[in-house]
Amino acid sequence: MKAYYGEFGGQYVPETLMPPLMELEEAMDVHLADQTFQSELSDLLNNYAGRPTPLTLCPTLSKELGFTVRLKREDLLHTGSHKINNALGQALLAQKMGKTELVAETGAGQHGVAVATVAARLGLSATIFMGSVDVERQRMNVERMRLLGAKVESVSHGTQTLKDAINEALRYWIVNQKTVHYCFGTAAGPHPFPSLVRGFQSIISLEARDAYQKIIGRSPDMVVAAVGGGSNSIGAFAHFIPLVVDLVGVEAAGTGEEGCYNSAPINLGRPGILHGQRSMLLQTASGQVLPSHSISAGLDYPSVGPEHSYLHSIGRVRYGLANDREALEGFSLLARTEGILPALEPSHALGWLITNQAKIPPRSEVMVCLSGRGDKDLDIVLSHLDAIKN
Amino acid sequence: MSAQSKLTAAILAATQKKRPARVPFLTAGCPNVNRFWECLVELEENGADIIEIGVPFSDPVADGPLIAAASQKAIEDGVDLAWILEGLKKIKLKVPVVLMSYANPLAQYAWDRSEGANLSQRSLASLKVLAHDFRPYVSGVICPDVPLEESGPFHLAFDGTGIDLIVLVGPNTSSERMAKYARLAKGYVYVVSVLGTTGVRRDLSLEARASLARARAAFDLPLALGFGLSEPKQLAALNKSPDAVIFGSALMSHIINGGSVKDFMAPWLEAFPFELR
Repeated sequence: MKAYYGEFGGQYVPETLMPPLMELEEAMDVHLADQTFQSELSDLLNNYAGRPTPLTLCPTLSKELGFTVRLKREDLLHTGSHKINNALGQALLAQKMGKTELVAETGAGQHGVAVATVAARLGLSATIFMGSVDVERQRMNVERMRLLGAKVESVSHGTQTLKDAINEALRYWIVNQKTVHYCFGTAAGPHPFPSLVRGFQSIISLEARDAYQKIIGRSPDMVVAAVGGGSNSIGAFAHFIPLVVDLVGVEAAGTGEEGCYNSAPINLGRPGILHGQRSMLLQTASGQVLPSHSISAGLDYPSVGPEHSYLHSIGRVRYGLANDREALEGFSLLARTEGILPALEPSHALGWLITNQAKIPPRSEVMVCLSGRGDKDLDIVLSHLDAIKN
Repeated sequence: MSAQSKLTAAILAATQKKRPARVPFLTAGCPNVNRFWECLVELEENGADIIEIGVPFSDPVADGPLIAAASQKAIEDGVDLAWILEGLKKIKLKVPVVLMSYANPLAQYAWDRSEGANLSQRSLASLKVLAHDFRPYVSGVICPDVPLEESGPFHLAFDGTGIDLIVLVGPNTSSERMAKYARLAKGYVYVVSVLGTTGVRRDLSLEARASLARARAAFDLPLALGFGLSEPKQLAALNKSPDAVIFGSALMSHIINGGSVKDFMAPWLEAFPFELR
């Protein structure tokens, strides 16, 4: 298994984390291709999580934009986002490894809820680290995790958000590695997490590719997905990478003001080392990680999975930007035209499409990865309604 | 054992005096940007054989709350690698200095001072800038987030320059892995006493004893025990003392709370009651 994507990736972790990472890699070799594992996972994905997800044609939206938009509906999955694809896969693997507890980080709480959910289902205990700022602004998800039986640990140092929750989860893993599996939430972090998470999320593009074949007899012209850590996007791109498909990742530009905090390391950062990986990173000249910002907590991360940095460096995927206002426009347009409330993460992909509408040839077939549903974001959207009106 | 290593020599000199070498660790800028430099001088005057200086990083995953908070404060006070090197140039310590830095501050310092043609040249080969700028004020470098697998470019940058890249091993590092590290190790070997982060612990675990024994078999270099140490009597739990002891969090907590370097070092200067190796 390769630890690097070109210049990016690696295992920049304390020596005390190398043995559990090696143990995980060995377990992947043994179990992932195994028939029993695959059929158990398929059963959970299909009959517990709700796969396969539909590919929804958007007639009114398509008319407004001038090209055909179809949504890959990860928002319809159990717990409301694509995060469950990865959580189920890793939890099942952890069980095979004889681990009894899952530890995870969460920002908005979507991955935390997914981990708490699968832990309950598979009889594992769960400890979720969450920045204290996020605990405050995502109360409902904290309550959901607790109702599901998980322990939620509030992290009150550093930026008190996702970045510091990851630091704390890594520290917890160092101490408790014998019994604990770290269920990393995105296709980032030290090897083998980027390839492990990519593997579980690539079911998105596998299903989509086959659905397109069935519906229009070919691949779409373009696939657009929001990029935070990059798990829904790498999942949506994976099976289209070898094909002639225009792939667009959309990073969160923050408020869009000059010099504002943002979550766009590919567009606005430079290569650096954080959380076990070498990848694009928002940082100061002396290598201190900068706080990130996005209206969408799920994109609020100062780095990005190493494969995205690589796909950018070789020009295979284009990485665009959408700011908070554009995301809100994407949100309201989809709600109004199709009766679907998207999460603020994929709203960035929709916002990018609106802004770049004129550059996309008419009658193009465009797929948007609708990674999650918007219920969790209603408070934030309502408080920004003014921005939409203006 | 490389005869030219200043670090190895400093530890062996202590061994000859039948005591473990004393290796205090201080995060740069702790307890504040002025007092920090005074503390280094006082450590030298009060029996330090080697001084480790922590380069602050925003995301120190190997560190406990005390060093993490001290790093955060230092960053807010403007402390970075360039500031540390400039200060070292001025105070001219006689004891050898080791910098402990996460990979990113090193990588970005090098990136900013090199004009490579492409990404890979700037990121990896550019680390050589470090050795140039570190000499002669720095005798060793410890990167807590650079394990064996990622150490290649760092060895390329430092090997043969008189700056030792210090190897870290933990209670879960297998003898097989230790043997691989042994081929690259220089100066001394940093033996992490527990599966955990930095920070004061009351007792040394049984794990520490076992790790020291395995490291002794694998390495032909002095062993320095670190993580959790605060006072000499903790070493009684070990069969044999390590060749050097590293104390960070306990010292820093003492200094942050207004204690003197002299008082902290005093117990370590008393006659050493335990048997060496």
